[in-house]
Amino acid sequence: MRVTMTINGQQRSDEVEDRMLLVHYLREVAQLTGTHVGCETSLCGACTVLMNGKAVKSCTVLAAQADGAQITTVEGLAKDGELHPVQEGFWEEHGLQCGFCTPGMLMLATDLLSRNPDPSEADIRHALDGNLCRCTGYQHIINAVQYAARKMRGDARKSA
Amino acid sequence: MAAAVVPKFVGTRVKRREDPRLISGNGTYVDDVKLPGMLSMVILRSPYGHAKINSINVEAARKIPGVVAVVTGEDLKGKLGSLTTAAPAEHIPYHPPLAQGRVRFVGEAVVAAIATDPYKAQDALDAVEIDYDPLPVISDPEKALEDGAPIIHEEFKTNISTRAQVASGDIDGAMRSADRVIKFRLVNQRLAPVPMEPRGAVAQWNQGSGQLTLWSSTQGPHLLRSYLAEILKLPENRMRVIAPEVGGGFGAKLNVYAEEVLAGYLAMTLKHPIKWVERRRENLATNTHGRDQIVYVEAPVKNDGTLLGLKAKFICDAGAYLQLLTPLIPGFSGMMMTGCYKVPAMAFEQLVVFTNKMAPDAYRGAGRPEACYIAERTMDMVALELNLDPAEVRRKNFIPKEAFPAQIPSGLVYDSGDYAAALDKALKIIDYPKLRAEQAEARKQGRYIGIGLCSYVEICGIGPSAMLPPTMKGGGWESATIRMEPDCKVTVLTGVSPHGQGQETSFAQMIADEFGIGIDDVTVLHGDTAIVQYGTGTFGSRGTSVGGAALMMATQKLQAKMKKIASTMMETPPDQIVFHQGTMALASDLSKSIPMQKVVDAAYGYKVPIPGVEPGLNESAFYEPTACTFPFGTHACVVEVDPDTGVVKFLRYVAVDDCGRVINPLLVEGQVHGGIAQGIAQALYEEVIYDENGQLLTATLMDYAVPKAEMLPHYELDSTVTPSPVNPLGIKGVGEAGTIGSTPCVVNAVHDALKPFGIKNLDMPLKPERIWRAIKSARKA
Repeated sequence: MRVTMTINGQQRSDEVEDRMLLVHYLREVAQLTGTHVGCETSLCGACTVLMNGKAVKSCTVLAAQADGAQITTVEGLAKDGELHPVQEGFWEEHGLQCGFCTPGMLMLATDLLSRNPDPSEADIRHALDGNLCRCTGYQHIINAVQYAARKMRGDARKSA
Repeated sequence: MAAAVVPKFVGTRVKRREDPRLISGNGTYVDDVKLPGMLSMVILRSPYGHAKINSINVEAARKIPGVVAVVTGEDLKGKLGSLTTAAPAEHIPYHPPLAQGRVRFVGEAVVAAIATDPYKAQDALDAVEIDYDPLPVISDPEKALEDGAPIIHEEFKTNISTRAQVASGDIDGAMRSADRVIKFRLVNQRLAPVPMEPRGAVAQWNQGSGQLTLWSSTQGPHLLRSYLAEILKLPENRMRVIAPEVGGGFGAKLNVYAEEVLAGYLAMTLKHPIKWVERRRENLATNTHGRDQIVYVEAPVKNDGTLLGLKAKFICDAGAYLQLLTPLIPGFSGMMMTGCYKVPAMAFEQLVVFTNKMAPDAYRGAGRPEACYIAERTMDMVALELNLDPAEVRRKNFIPKEAFPAQIPSGLVYDSGDYAAALDKALKIIDYPKLRAEQAEARKQGRYIGIGLCSYVEICGIGPSAMLPPTMKGGGWESATIRMEPDCKVTVLTGVSPHGQGQETSFAQMIADEFGIGIDDVTVLHGDTAIVQYGTGTFGSRGTSVGGAALMMATQKLQAKMKKIASTMMETPPDQIVFHQGTMALASDLSKSIPMQKVVDAAYGYKVPIPGVEPGLNESAFYEPTACTFPFGTHACVVEVDPDTGVVKFLRYVAVDDCGRVINPLLVEGQVHGGIAQGIAQALYEEVIYDENGQLLTATLMDYAVPKAEMLPHYELDSTVTPSPVNPLGIKGVGEAGTIGSTPCVVNAVHDALKPFGIKNLDMPLKPERIWRAIKSARKA
């Protein structure tokens, strides 16, 4: 079947097998390998992307279900060579070690901060429940999300 | 004042140089490697714990469009060597990459399908028909030892793979002279390492040059090359192994696996690049597991809490086949089981036993978490039985700081330590006396608060090569090469293979300081056998303590050469020249200097020959450690147990760790955090479960409880710094400390909370159900 979607601002249209998963479409067809496959069962969150602005596990979405959608992947976070505040936060606060869960964590954090600009530690821990990290023990990830939240609130004030 | 003074980097919180690529989706993991003509391999695995294979029918599978090959164990007979173990064992089973005639654990590889994409390869496997005859299964290692138990490898006539016995001092005398002998059974349950990136391999055969390139998600590319070359019958100089970005390992990627052999062999025979990427179910079933030791402990003590000896009998599960280090790991548990304590006598006996399960092997800590669990549960058992304070029992038995270097009964020599200082610091942070008063008050109100302590010591930087089994390829040393490039930028090639630890940053910090240059002037390369000299790899918290020492040796060679060149240019003896802010300067007067670039130009241009100095700036070193390092510390935590649900809630978690000198505190924090998380996971959540039929019940992340953020506490970290005298950097290592210290700490805290119920010894994981049942039966009694 044919699917058409806008990925990181660029529209593309491809013929795919009906059974193709969105994550495989992104990685194999669109050649965006920043999104990772960690479990294929929507339990680990490594494959999290934004679909129409909301975080989804792209391993349990069919490419067909994303037909017509706006998709943002980790490759689409930085704008004009400027890191997104969540990327900056993860770098500043050592929010990653092996980096495999990181793209999913970044997309989840982006989704969280769009809903809650000032999350507490408990809010962040709760929001992270669908995203596993085996390296950091999460504390530096929480610091990273809070760093991004501060930065985004500051930027919002500046632009207002 | 010079405009740009280069700061010192060692000891500061430099943010990681690995991160820009990883936060932007530009890392290249194995699954991101794409080659022209590449085919996908998918593996069909045994659904039985133990069965005879009567027949395999692959005809229908081979006819599916897009399917290139469907291969069984019979097809490979005589063509490949056996997977093997590096450690000595009485009985080492033949371990073909695809099962031949019999399967011995759930997940054992049986058929490989190769197709143009993984979906079609899976279609092929769905069309394979296998006729199995199930055989009797052994999933409990104690039952494997019973008379009449089914034998897993009939040729050995026993399920015991190997045994060990070590004794030192007069343990029988200690038993006789003790006021009490405290006896208990401990179970270190089986765990799954679960790196977030599953394993994977891409193999490419160049028919013209006879060269095989293998990308593998591995912690030790050179060791992997040596073992694979033997199995594939290839010369090592025709084989290149690349560890690209590796998404965590924790020991599970320090091995030689069937899929790496299959990908290599099939790339060579089909003359197409082959990619295999593991699925999470395969990861949970067929990556080496960790722990799985049952230990019977006997502790002879005086009534004042003095430990007179320690005796243990271990039954260690080996799984169905031995993986690379399976028989080696339990040795560390025995050798280190006396922990931080002066124990006049010790004895242990170990049986390593075959079962119908995946083989355990190194998992973060690799033998030392089990050792620490024995020592630290013993301390709390002694305190409980004698009604003493657990902190005081520890203090009474500590090896005193004056005793270092201290030889322990197993023969190991602890390098340096001050165990009481770490304990005191932890107790001060949690305000121990006040906490005990609060606990007593809470108990009156029906609240069950527990305080847990763990004073750990562990062994790192292994170590003199002679400590490793003679049968193991490679050694305990590490290698480094340093090149000053013609433009004055530095390239480092390290033999360690970091996969999250951050040596691209910490090594650059060291080099930047050594040459007085910027951190961005240094690039650290690793993980490619065609680029990097032979190295041992990353495991056992050795990356910085051993790999860093090798790098310092190479650096000193390079600096000596550069000083020799500068000395002819500056007409000054070399020993009076130092590296300073991008120059080479007179130590006594830094203003008398020449730019480092001029020295580099002289070395590479060589238009004016320098007597006694070869052109170029490239030096290598192989560092053989003279001894091991022994990091230590005390973890303390406070938990509250809900008696109605059995749920354990963290109130505080404090870790005081001593890993010697620190290059980058930010990275050390990250290592400790992650380590604590994995140790808590063992204490409270994780357990690989096989049922009595050898069926794996924890084959998905729904069933295997890798902790989520809400299941873990906020960690409060502090440290003491006791440099190691063993290596020139004073570093002890930190990769596994958190895992080792945290498990007993949490288990002790939960038992402390349950003390009013008379509950003394519950096995991990301390899941709500287990605690709730224990409370329920205690209340009945």
